[in-house]
Amino acid sequence: MKFLSVYKSAERGVPPTQEEMDKMGKLIEQEMKAGTLLATEGCLPSALGARVRMSGGKVTVTDGPFTEAKEVIGGFAILQANSKAEAIEMTKRFLEVVGEGECELRQVYEAPQAHCAAKG
Amino acid sequence: MNATDIHRAIDAVWRIESPRLIGGLVRIARDVSLAEDLAQDALVAALQQWPESGIPENPGAWLMAAAKHRAIDLFRRSKLLERKHEELGRELDARQEALVPDFETALDDDIGDDLLRLVFISCHPVLSPEARVALTLRLLGGLTTEEIARAFLMPEPTVAQRIVRAKRTLAEKSVPFEVPRGDERAARLSSVLEVLYLIFNEGYSATAGDDWMRAGLCEEALRLGRILAELAPQEAEVHGLVALMEIQASRSHARIGPSGEPILLLDQNRALWDQLLIRRGLAALERAGKIGGSRGPYALQAAIAACHARVRTPEDTDWARIVVLYGELTKLVPSPVVELNRAVAVAMASGPAAGLELVDALTAEPSLQAYHLLPSVRGDLLAKIGRTDEARAEFERAAALTRNTRERELLLNRARTCARDSRGDGDGDKSDA
Repeated sequence: MKFLSVYKSAERGVPPTQEEMDKMGKLIEQEMKAGTLLATEGCLPSALGARVRMSGGKVTVTDGPFTEAKEVIGGFAILQANSKAEAIEMTKRFLEVVGEGECELRQVYEAPQAHCAAKG
Repeated sequence: MNATDIHRAIDAVWRIESPRLIGGLVRIARDVSLAEDLAQDALVAALQQWPESGIPENPGAWLMAAAKHRAIDLFRRSKLLERKHEELGRELDARQEALVPDFETALDDDIGDDLLRLVFISCHPVLSPEARVALTLRLLGGLTTEEIARAFLMPEPTVAQRIVRAKRTLAEKSVPFEVPRGDERAARLSSVLEVLYLIFNEGYSATAGDDWMRAGLCEEALRLGRILAELAPQEAEVHGLVALMEIQASRSHARIGPSGEPILLLDQNRALWDQLLIRRGLAALERAGKIGGSRGPYALQAAIAACHARVRTPEDTDWARIVVLYGELTKLVPSPVVELNRAVAVAMASGPAAGLELVDALTAEPSLQAYHLLPSVRGDLLAKIGRTDEARAEFERAAALTRNTRERELLLNRARTCARDSRGDGDGDKSDA
C-alpha cells in the first residue's frame, strides 16, 4: 500500500543550512535505496504560493505568505509500505532529521483490484 | 501506545531492519541458519523489552547490538566447551579473547555489501528456483514462512522445509558469502534477476479473490529490485528489470475487469495506469541506457513496455519501433512466444496480412500447441482480413485451450460474431447466439 505524507511546520523564513540539507539528502538516499520512498518534494517559502478556494460558486485566490497559519506545508512524500505501522516508522525517521513539525499520513486510494486489503 | 500498537511497530521495524541485520550477521557467523537464529533472538528480546521501555531511538542499532551480544555469548560458550573438551591451555584462551573485539568491528563494516552478498547467496544456483524464491523472501523481504506460504498458495510446512533445506544446502556446499566477480558475476546476477521476476510474476498472476499477500509479491519484488538497483548501480540489466516491473505494475489496476476478465493492453483504460510508477519505470530504463553496452532481455522488454506507457492512446503507439525491439529480443532469447508478440506488432505496423504470415509459420511450433493466445491472435488477424470461417474455428480452438472462464466467454463471443458475419449481414442469426 502507498501512503502520502504531508509535512507541516512553522515557517522559519530562512533556507535550510548546508548541514540540514546534507542530513536530509542522506536520509532520502537511504530510503530511496530501501525501495520505500517513491517520490518526495520540498516546498519553497509560502510567499511564493497561493491558496485558491471555491466557495458558493466563487473562486478566491489568496497569495502567500500564509502568515496567519501556525504551520504550513513544507513538503510531501509518497511511501511504499506493507502496513500503516511501517509508514509511521518511516515517518518517524524523517521527523528525527527535520526536528520539528507534524506529518499527516494518509493511505492512498488504489483501485480495488487485488491490492485492496489493509493490514495493520 | 498500547500493546497491539507496539507489536505492529516492532513488526514494521523488523521488516525494515531484518535484511541488513541478517546480512551483517551472516558475514560474522558464516552460516545463514545461525545468522537467522541470532536475528530472531534479537527480535524476541525486542518483543520482551520494547513494550516496557518503548521503542528505542535507533531500533536498527538496538537490534544489531542485541544480536551481537547474543553472538558473542554463543561464541564464548562454544569456545568454552571446546576448551573443556580439548583441554586447551592458557595461551589459546588469550588468543580467543583477542578475537572477540574483531567480531564487533566486523559487524559495523559496509552494510551495502552485506545486503548484496545476502542477495547473491539467497539466489545461489546450487538451490532450486523454488528454494531461491522462498529464501529471498524470507531473508531479504523479512516475510514469515506463513506469509510466504499464503502468497504461494502452499502449505506452511512445505515452505518451512524448503527454507530449512536451502540453508542446509548452503552450509553443506560451503557456499561463500561474497559478491561474485569476473566471469561468474554475470551468471549469478542473472539468477538473482530471474528470482525477482519470478516473485513479481507470481504476484502479477494474482486474481481478485486471492489473499492480498499474493498481490503483495509484486510490491515485494519491486522493492527488492529497487534495493538491488542501488546496490549494483552499474549493472544495466538490474535497471532494465526494475523498469520492466515498474511499468508492468503501473497497469495492475487496469488489466482486470470488474468480473475478473483480463483486459488486453490496447483495451485498457489508460487513466487507470499509475503515472508515478510509469515515471519511475522510464527513469530506470534511462539509467539502463546510460550505462551503455548492448541491451539485455529485461531492458528490451522494458523498452517495449515503455512504448505503450509513453503514449496516451493506443493509436499513437509506435509499432514500427516495437517491431524492431521484438526483433532484437528474438535474437537474444529465441522463443516462439516472443515471435508471436512480434507478429502482433508487425500486424499493427504493416497490416494484418503481414502479421498473419508470421503467425502461420508458428502454427507447427510444438511448444505452442496448447497456448491459447496462438489461435486467439490468428483468429483476430483472419477476422480482420475477412476470412471469418477460419477465424471462427480459431476462436473456438482458443476458447477450448484457455483456463480462464471469462476469457473463454469472450473468445466464444468472437467465434459467434464470426459465424454471423460469414453468413451475411447477420439478420435473423441472433437466436443462435
